Order: sequence, then C-alpha cells, then structure tokens
Amino acid sequence: MTTDLKIAFLPLTDAAVLVAAREQGFAEEEGIALELVRSTSWATLRDRLVYGQVHAAQMLAPLAVAVTLGLSQQPAALAAPYKLNVNGNMLVMTSDFAAALEPDVARRIADPLGTAHDFAAAIGLWRRKPVIGVVHRFSSHAMMLRYWLASAGIDPDKDVVLRVLPPSLTVEAMRAGEIDGFIAGEPWGSAAVEAGLAETVAIGERIWRRGVEKILAFREAWLEENPDTVDRLLRALARAAAWCDDGGNHAALAELLAQPRYVDQPADLITRALSGQMVARAGEAPVANPDFMLFSREATPFPWRSQALWIYSQLVRWNMVEHDAATAAKAGAVFRPDVYRRALANSDVAMPGASMKLEGAVDLPLAVGSRRGELTLGPDRFFDGRVFDPERIEDYLAGFVAGR
Amino acid sequence: MRIVIIDDSGLRATVLEEGLREAGYDDIHIVPPRGAFVARLERMAPDVVLMDLGSPSRDTLEEMLTVSRALARPIAMFVDQSDEAMIGAAIDAGVSAYVVDGLRKERVKPVLELAVRRFNAFAKIQGELDEARTALSDRKIIDRAKSILMNQRSLSEQDAYALLRSAAMNQGKKIVEVSQALITASDLLGGGGL
Repeated sequence: MTTDLKIAFLPLTDAAVLVAAREQGFAEEEGIALELVRSTSWATLRDRLVYGQVHAAQMLAPLAVAVTLGLSQQPAALAAPYKLNVNGNMLVMTSDFAAALEPDVARRIADPLGTAHDFAAAIGLWRRKPVIGVVHRFSSHAMMLRYWLASAGIDPDKDVVLRVLPPSLTVEAMRAGEIDGFIAGEPWGSAAVEAGLAETVAIGERIWRRGVEKILAFREAWLEENPDTVDRLLRALARAAAWCDDGGNHAALAELLAQPRYVDQPADLITRALSGQMVARAGEAPVANPDFMLFSREATPFPWRSQALWIYSQLVRWNMVEHDAATAAKAGAVFRPDVYRRALANSDVAMPGASMKLEGAVDLPLAVGSRRGELTLGPDRFFDGRVFDPERIEDYLAGFVAGR
Repeated sequence: MRIVIIDDSGLRATVLEEGLREAGYDDIHIVPPRGAFVARLERMAPDVVLMDLGSPSRDTLEEMLTVSRALARPIAMFVDQSDEAMIGAAIDAGVSAYVVDGLRKERVKPVLELAVRRFNAFAKIQGELDEARTALSDRKIIDRAKSILMNQRSLSEQDAYALLRSAAMNQGKKIVEVSQALITASDLLGGGGL
C-alpha cells in the first residue's frame, strides 16, 4: 500500500535530499508517494506544518526549537528525527563594504576571526550601520552571524541592523539597495556574487565546521502515531542523502534542483555548493571548500541532542528565551536520536553509540564509538576554539559574557 | 477596527477591500509589501493585518511584530486557536491574519470569514484566467504543428489536424502534447520557423 506524504520546503540547495528522495525513486521504493510543497517564507512553511497542511517540513533547526518553546506564533511540540544537511550558508556583502576586508578572498574566508576584526574596525569608518539580511530570527544563519560578529566585539543588536527577509528576496533587496549584505543558504549568496552585486565575506563552514542547519520536522503527536511511515521515510531519506553526497551525482542533482518547481535558479550556481567550489567574487577562480555542504557522510543526518542544546544556548545568549532547566530539557528533546536509531536499525547506515557529544572538540577526522559500521567524525571546531559541553550550559554562556 | 491588507496583487486586494466595505468596515488600508512597508504599517497601528499566505514577505512582517516597540500590543496569528475549522479554511484559502491581543474573537471572526470567501473567489477568477490563457497558447501550438504538417506533407489543414488527433489517440496523449513534440522534432531537424 502506498502512503501519501506531503512535505513543505523552501527553494534552497539544501532541499536536495527531499528532492532526490522523490525524483530518484527512493521514496517510492519505501511505498511513499512524496508530494513536495514549495513555500516562499519560513512563516508559511511553519504554519503549514503546525496547522497540519503537511506531514513534515524542511525546517531551520532553531525554528523547530523556537516553535516548540512557544517563541514563534502558535506553540506546537515539534520533533526532528533527521538532519537534512550540515553547513551550506554564505555571508556576502557589497564590494563597498567588502573593500575594508582582506582583498584576497581565499585568505579572507580561511580566517574568519581576522575578517571579523577587520569588519569591526571598519564599522567606525562606514558612515552608517551596515544592514545585513538574515533569513529568520530563528535561523542557523542568524546564530552564526551573531556568533561571528560578537567574536570581534560587535553587538549584533546595536552595531549593525539585522533585517529579516526570505532567501528568495535577498538578491533583489540587494539590487534595490535595501541591504548591504546578507547571510543565506545557497544558491542565493552565489546568485548575488554572480550578479556582480556582492562578494563573499564568510562561509558557514568556516564559522562552525559542522554547523547544524536544516532538519526534517514533524508535529510530535503525528510522529508518535505513525512510527511505520516515519521509519520508511527516514530510510528513503538516508539512501537519498548518500546519493546526494556522491560527487558523481552532483551534476544530475543540480539539474533536478534547477527546475522551476524546486529552486528555479541556474544549475551551475547550484553546483557550486554541492561540489564545494565557491566563486567568492564574480569572474574569479572558485575557492575550494569540500565540506561546504554535507548530506550523508560522517553520520550527518544523526540528530545529536547536544546540537539542539547548542541552539538553545544561543537563544539564551541573545535574550530570546530565559534559561531554566525545564526549558533546556524541552529544547533538547526536539531532536529525536531515538527515532533515528529505530528507523535505521536494520540498515547499513553508521550509527553513533552516544546521543550527545561535545560540540566543537574535533580537530582532525576522528573515529568514534559506533554501534554498526565505521564512523569517522569530521573536524567540527568553532573558529574561535570554544567547546560546547551540553552538560555545562551555564559555564559556556558565562564564557561569552566574560569575553565581551 | 482598522484593517490593513498587505498585498502585491492589486486585483486580490481590491476584491477583498470591496467585500469588507460592503460589510460595513470603512477603516481599510492596502499596503504593498515593498521597501519600507514595515515602517508604514507601524505608523498605521492596525487592529487586524491580512496577508496572502503565499507572500514571501511574511517573515519580514513577523519580525516586525516581534521587535516593534511602536505596536504596544502583541499581534498573534488567529485570535482563537481552538477554532480549527476556521484556521483550516483560512490556510486552505491562503489567508494569514494577524490580530492584536485583546480584540474579541466575535469581532474578528466575520472579518476572517469574509477574507476566506474573497480569497477563494479571487483564486477562482485567477484559475479561470489561467485556463483561458492556456487554451489560447494551446491553440497556437496546435496551429503551428498543423502548418508544419501542411508544408512538409502537403496536407490540407483538415487532414493535418486529423493526423495529429489520431496520433494523440494512439499514444494516449493530448493533441497539444503531440503537437509540441512535432514542433520540437521539426526544430531539431532544422525545419524551424515553418
């Protein structure tokens, strides 16, 4: 029997796993007829999920936590048993603003700390606060941007203007002079670079080398009531993710995503993030960044609870929620490694032994405890070297206050 | 009650505004979601904001509702979360509504119901327009395929059409699909323009 499933998504390169699951037949193999519902704002994607118009959604990980904590319109308990990708964001600014930074873009990208300090020094020289577009208050992008700015003593709530706009409007807003730069998921940064409007200032992968990004969110109640369907979907996504990570499929994947019903942008722009060949300034040779966006390897889809708690720590840090143990527990429980384990128990997917880890502690590829198969975690450092211990959130937060 | 409609499509906003005025609401403003629309909206201090669910500017609006100091009372989507039928109808129709805290649901409900009806009416008009447009372009494609056949196989117009129709029936396709395939093949073979 075929199960009909509707999943909402935004036109972004990291919708790849959902698109591949549908178009390459992985969903069908599991008896799922997948309908992908294109949305143009996170608010509408959220409402479609919360009010039951879709069964699941490709969601910003911090938004899933925020909706569960009641911080974004109608509160609803959401559950994320699967990460659709890690990394994939890029910060771009107009050439006027970027002129104050290291001119060699490869070196600029490789040294986010130096670039942040150059940026901080330049704020005094510009005659007004830079206006930077972010896709949502509760986005990984906003959190990385805030983290990066604050590392150089910039107060993201006072020294710059953060303006919220959806990814698909970023390039037009830049053209109209409404924003001086933006941080968004691909291919929108590349689209602004290609249009000659902007150049790359930083990439997400250099801020947090394995940054949590989009997750697959369900209403928790629906997830609990439909274990068989959820398991079949997760198995289909795991196979789709492996297909997406395979370099041999990137050209085909880019063609799929380029279609008007998905991302509706040229395939060659989309390919850049998939292959990690980022053009940072129009007309220049690409800068190689092989970990720009990950779908499958290193157990990327595994929803580490510690990553949900890192998101929570940032919500507290920026005064978006008040810290207490019960709220922290609720935030951490949005990520559901238990469901991931159940769904993929009999597959050949590498399965981490733990559900929490230190975030930002791995320098070099590290073989870790795995219940099955070999699992090597990639380097996951934050650029400033801080380590997040999910058992010691208060200490972690105290470190930021002292550092400012 | 001050109602602001945020909309890019002149026609949809007009359809909605007319309906609201007929129902006796007279403090209605239409704001297109461009440029500094958020600042305009703040100055207006609306009680109800109506917006197309498909508008990409909803995130911008919600951010304003979160951080604005000018709006003394927080605004939430849907005043009565327990009315699931109403919420379902609104989302199906593509209506999103933001309502200031404290406004009684009996006052808001008729506005929402009207917005849902008008959005549905607008979608119907839009659908009919699209259908008419498709029919027109379908006819152009079929005409071009006919002229290719008439030129290359020296057929009458009637025979050319009959050939297309029988090919479509044999392949279980629409005539327009067969015509499109013929045009593509003809273009590839260098017969373009005919």
